[in-house]
Amino acid sequence: MNDKKVIWKRKPLIKNRLLRIGLILLISTYLLSVFLTTEIDWQRILEGIPRGKNFIFAFFPPDFITRSDEILAGIFESLWMTIVATIVGILISIPVSLGAAKNIAPKFVYFLSRGVITLSRSFQEVILAIFFVKLMGFGPFAGMVTLSLSTIGFFAKLLSEDIEDINKSQAEAIKSTGSSWFQWVNYGVQPQVMPRFIGLSLYRLDINFRESAVIGIVGGGGIGSTLNTAFDRYEFETAAAVLIVIISIVMIVEYTSSHLRKLIK
Amino acid sequence: MPIIKQKDYKTWKKFDRKRDLQNWLCWFLGTLIFSFCFGLISSKTIWFYVFDSHNEALDLLGRMFPPETNYFLTLIKPIWDTLNIATIGTTIGTLIAIPLAFLSANNTTPSKKFLRPLALFCIVSSRSINSVIWALLLVAVVGPGVLAGIIAIGLRSIGFCGKLLYEAIEEIDENQIEAIEATGANKAQIMTFGIVPQILPAFTSISIYRWDINIREATVVGLVGAGGIGIELDAQIGDLAWAKVSVILLAIVVAVVFSEWITAKIRRFIL
Repeated sequence: MNDKKVIWKRKPLIKNRLLRIGLILLISTYLLSVFLTTEIDWQRILEGIPRGKNFIFAFFPPDFITRSDEILAGIFESLWMTIVATIVGILISIPVSLGAAKNIAPKFVYFLSRGVITLSRSFQEVILAIFFVKLMGFGPFAGMVTLSLSTIGFFAKLLSEDIEDINKSQAEAIKSTGSSWFQWVNYGVQPQVMPRFIGLSLYRLDINFRESAVIGIVGGGGIGSTLNTAFDRYEFETAAAVLIVIISIVMIVEYTSSHLRKLIK
Repeated sequence: MPIIKQKDYKTWKKFDRKRDLQNWLCWFLGTLIFSFCFGLISSKTIWFYVFDSHNEALDLLGRMFPPETNYFLTLIKPIWDTLNIATIGTTIGTLIAIPLAFLSANNTTPSKKFLRPLALFCIVSSRSINSVIWALLLVAVVGPGVLAGIIAIGLRSIGFCGKLLYEAIEEIDENQIEAIEATGANKAQIMTFGIVPQILPAFTSISIYRWDINIREATVVGLVGAGGIGIELDAQIGDLAWAKVSVILLAIVVAVVFSEWITAKIRRFIL
């Protein structure tokens, strides 16, 4: 036996040494350039610290009472908006998702529907909301239109993927009975995607409620406007109350929707 | 699926009478709820503006075209800021999410009674507050600018990454842990050699996915003053400079498509 110790070393994550060093260099130059190009106003941050402290202390206790009318009105408005927008969005999404499924739609319709989906997905709800508020005036109607349109991008994309995955032989069996196109979709395709359809609807309901809290900030109605007003008035106690209400409702909605989805499966 | 006998012929229906009635009732209730909610919304709507909106839209489009292309040069710095908000924010978010995920995963948490619910609460509250609301909050505290945006995106990412990561930790293969344990490894060694290699692929794909989402989110945090291209958008809409707004929108679409393309590339390269 010789005395040489056998040492095991862990394999490096990236085998090529040049690539490893290159990546490290690249990342550090990036970080350095970010650091050099971002202006951070330390004076302002120091000034903000007491304000931040005020805000955190406002959570103990939050003020639900002074503006309780506004908070309640905001929440109910958000709820109506969410329900209507989800239903309208899904109704529009159904034809779009049929059009965006490769196995059903002709090429021309396919590209058109995909285009609609991409367009709806690339703009954030808040940006859409700014324009609809400009076009249709302040209030929940603009918020509802925004949420319905952004539902399309999400719902139609995922549903069309499910439609593309259907069992072909079942659909063909319906077709062989001499059914019309609508009968074929209704009896051959729809029953196969129904579980996914319900799951997605519940999921989107959940997302739409969350988003409805944001589009109020740009004038789309709902609980977001209440929150924004509270911040503008520097009423941090009320803002804390609104935030707590939003968090708890989101938690309730999320819990119920995930429970329901499990139940359906 | 019942077959219904009429006087002289049989016919097939999808559902029997009871199920038909149930379905009808569901549709009825759904329509009732929908019209009730819509009634409440429409009572708060000034319909004149809504019916006039197509004229307004045409007017707006007319003002947006042609876009003021040389304005793009002034946009380069805001776009760079937006990219930085997304990238640095994602990095901070994932770094904080890692310990939280270990605390909230059922099989790695040190205390199930105290630390796990606490960590889960952090994850849920970070997830349920949108990044724009985080930004609104932080602009009041640290002042308008890129820093508020970075922190807002970071805080929002914690919940998302934490949740997906702790689910990945809960699904790891226990046999591998046992094998490491059998060599007499201590807790830290089990962590680095047993758990980390198993969740590394999930971790990379989660952070890339979140980065892609954060590019979109970083375009809007500026609307409340938290840096990036959103500030420019807000300012130009305020100035009613629609020819510049269309350039910004175009830049956002390009940035989003670019980030989607790059994430697809990285994912193919790594996984």
